Amino acid sequence: MERFAALMDALVYTRSRKGKLALIADYLRETPDPDRGWVLAALTDGIDFPAVKASTVRALIATRVDPVLWALSRDYVGDTAETASLLWPEPPGACMSAPSVAQAVAALHDTTRQSAPAALAELLDRLDANGRYALIKLATGALRIGISARLAKVAFAQAFGVAVEEVEEYWHGQSPPYRPLFDWALGVAPAPHAGDTPAFRPFMLSHPLEEETLDLAAFAAEWKWDGIRVQIAHAGGQTRLYSRGGDDISAAFPDVVDALDEPLVLDGELLVRGNHQGGQAGGAASFNALQQRLGRKTVSRKLLAEAPAFVRLYDVLVADGEDLRALPWTERRARLEALLPRLDPARFDLSAVIPARDFDELAEIRAQARSDAIEGVMLKRRDSPYVAGRRAGLWYKWKREPLLIDCVLMYAQRGSGKRSSFYSDFTFGCWNGDPDAGAELLPVGKAYFGFTDAELKMLDAHVRAHTVAKFGPVRETDKSLVFEVAFDSVHASKRHKSGVAMRFPRISRIRTDKPAHEADRLETLRAMIAD
Amino acid sequence: MWGKGASAAFFLVSFPHGHWNEAQTMRIDAVMVADFAWIRPEPQGLYLPEADAWIDPSHPVGTALVTHGHADHARGGHGRTIATPETLAIMALRYGVAEGGQAVGYGESLLLSGGIRVSFHPAGHVLGSAQILLEQAGERVIVTGDYKRAPDPTCAPFQPVSCDVLITEATFGLPVFRHPPITQEIARLIAVRTANPERCILVGAYALGKAQRVIAELRRAGYHDPIYLHGAMERMCRLYEELGVPLGDLRPVAGLPRAALAGQIVLCPPSALNDRWSRAMPDPLTAMASGWMRVRQRARQRNVELPLIISDHADWDELTSTISEVDPEQTWITHGREDALLRWCALHQRPARALALVGYDDESE
Repeated sequence: MERFAALMDALVYTRSRKGKLALIADYLRETPDPDRGWVLAALTDGIDFPAVKASTVRALIATRVDPVLWALSRDYVGDTAETASLLWPEPPGACMSAPSVAQAVAALHDTTRQSAPAALAELLDRLDANGRYALIKLATGALRIGISARLAKVAFAQAFGVAVEEVEEYWHGQSPPYRPLFDWALGVAPAPHAGDTPAFRPFMLSHPLEEETLDLAAFAAEWKWDGIRVQIAHAGGQTRLYSRGGDDISAAFPDVVDALDEPLVLDGELLVRGNHQGGQAGGAASFNALQQRLGRKTVSRKLLAEAPAFVRLYDVLVADGEDLRALPWTERRARLEALLPRLDPARFDLSAVIPARDFDELAEIRAQARSDAIEGVMLKRRDSPYVAGRRAGLWYKWKREPLLIDCVLMYAQRGSGKRSSFYSDFTFGCWNGDPDAGAELLPVGKAYFGFTDAELKMLDAHVRAHTVAKFGPVRETDKSLVFEVAFDSVHASKRHKSGVAMRFPRISRIRTDKPAHEADRLETLRAMIAD
Repeated sequence: MWGKGASAAFFLVSFPHGHWNEAQTMRIDAVMVADFAWIRPEPQGLYLPEADAWIDPSHPVGTALVTHGHADHARGGHGRTIATPETLAIMALRYGVAEGGQAVGYGESLLLSGGIRVSFHPAGHVLGSAQILLEQAGERVIVTGDYKRAPDPTCAPFQPVSCDVLITEATFGLPVFRHPPITQEIARLIAVRTANPERCILVGAYALGKAQRVIAELRRAGYHDPIYLHGAMERMCRLYEELGVPLGDLRPVAGLPRAALAGQIVLCPPSALNDRWSRAMPDPLTAMASGWMRVRQRARQRNVELPLIISDHADWDELTSTISEVDPEQTWITHGREDALLRWCALHQRPARALALVGYDDESE
């Protein structure tokens, strides 16, 4: 447990992705089985003790600590696990040896709501404050230390020098503590077999298309929809919906999951019904509409009725138990079109191939697609197999030209990691009327990329020289600098005072030539709302 | 001025067996207010009306009794400043040579008008830090100022002094604050330095007290390499050495080539950790020496990679054990997280009250 506690602590204080990867990789390489497997499970949300909840911890601490002192401490610290770890009274007398992760898992496994508190207390008595923190995080299944399942898998790949796509492929169907996976990665056993389970297959990804033209005889074009890329897999009587990182998001989308009962693995875009996107009857609503369905553990009947989800299909990976990934795109596409009639039309439709004769025509069609709130165009080599990851020359994404607006810098905040001394997070605003007639700036977005290192230095110097107020790490500037901000789309939002929310805003140009009062007004931005 | 916790405490103390009524409570309160009327908590500090003197006032006054040299307790501009010789030396360094300093060594006393006798006793917080004992007509009041009980090679250790009223700080007055032994934190610092020979180990530490304690503890742990100082640290370190606290080989950062600092320990004020100054360091690894580092989010907010839980204030156990040890009739709490300490006093049937003093900056610890 000490090593896991040290890992948790180090991860909390390490900001860079590279640093986090190195920490996890070192841990996985140097820690023996089965502890490392359990920790890998904890990092990837693969571990659950149903009888241990945050409320279990609170109830347990109430038996040892005065409730008023607990409440004051919890308020100050802001995290139940950390507060409990600090307040837990050290047992007097001989200190017992700390449990290993596997021993802790064994002790908590199969506990009931009656037996869990005693099991947890016994473990807490054997640990120091950092150990208690790690144990409570592990036991309640809420690490919340900014590590995604994907990052943990990349770290696993890095630790043993294997390809992350292979890790993702073999991951599914395995259960903690993942001994066969470690044995395979160490080269002492063959790759584990998923068996008859709805396992995740790593996604094929694309490169951005930059200033080249492609021959449409070799490449097929289809729309890139503005939802989230998903894979839906059915095998052995079970269906799973996976996000791009391989996270199982089935629980949030029972409407889609329940609609597939054939042994297929399909790749597509998860969307919510509406009539804005795509133009077809019963087409897709905006990304905003989808967002209210994301990140849920359960979904209400009301929400299911109001925002029904469906998958717009791009590809088929497995059909009737046959792995099609080695086939060229044209053949997979034919198989996909052929199997479509077997699927529930309310939950599955086909992403159409764009009938462009040549690249110029495609460019024209793409340019006109703005109003349809489509994210862009995908170009796929007709003979491309379905291969994991980003392979040069096979698939390209050709995003819409960004929208542009001139905004005024209002606030700046220091960044983190190697940018920690620089003001590098910028909040900018538009005028809510005529600036010469007393209009005010309202914040419309925040951006922290789009500029070069040299520009960052210049922006940092500007912020320091033009500060009018400081609020902790945030500085308010004198609102004299204009940014040309590029963004993918803008939506109505009740959460923002300006009433709008931008997607993917970034600094496109620094307009030192433009006076602040000539920056755009809010009405200009509102007119760009697509939904 | 009477807080909720205080009333509860009086009830517990005065009527532990049940029967009580309004009139009795009021009588008790009235007695308590009448007692110790010669020391008055004002928002700007503790005031002794009969002597027209203030303790750690937040604004310039005629006569000030100063517990220690930190800026939020020792402000410039007073007519007469009564403090230990070390505190006066620190104030002279910070505010220039001041008129009206009156040095009182540990254990020495001084009679103020109104028959108030003042003496200074070690508080163990920083060099020269003192508790102030005030005596009048047989009543004894201790003002701890900031203090700690943990050992510190750079200053005299805290001495418990018996009293009727203990006026205590409560900067770390929450039971989550338990400072580990400093040897453990220093060992972590040295281990990180050994493991990162290419990186500059940048340690944020308050320029008065914390910096010198970290240096002295590094030396005690056998670390005798040069320690590099941010410009804001140099004069205070030199003063400590002049006052008899050896700190070993100290060198200024200024003027050194960047590469020379790789693998070295550099001390700077906390404000310099994430600012332009730190950019000039080779791949800095930011450490911070503070009691607040006990709480992970606090450390994260400051972008700290290596939080060192090193505090010059009493932690929860020190605060509560000091109250028990000194065993005053009443405990008054000056600044910090007084709610939890009031609760502890109530639970332990000790009369206590919180004083709403302004201007003490417990965040900069």
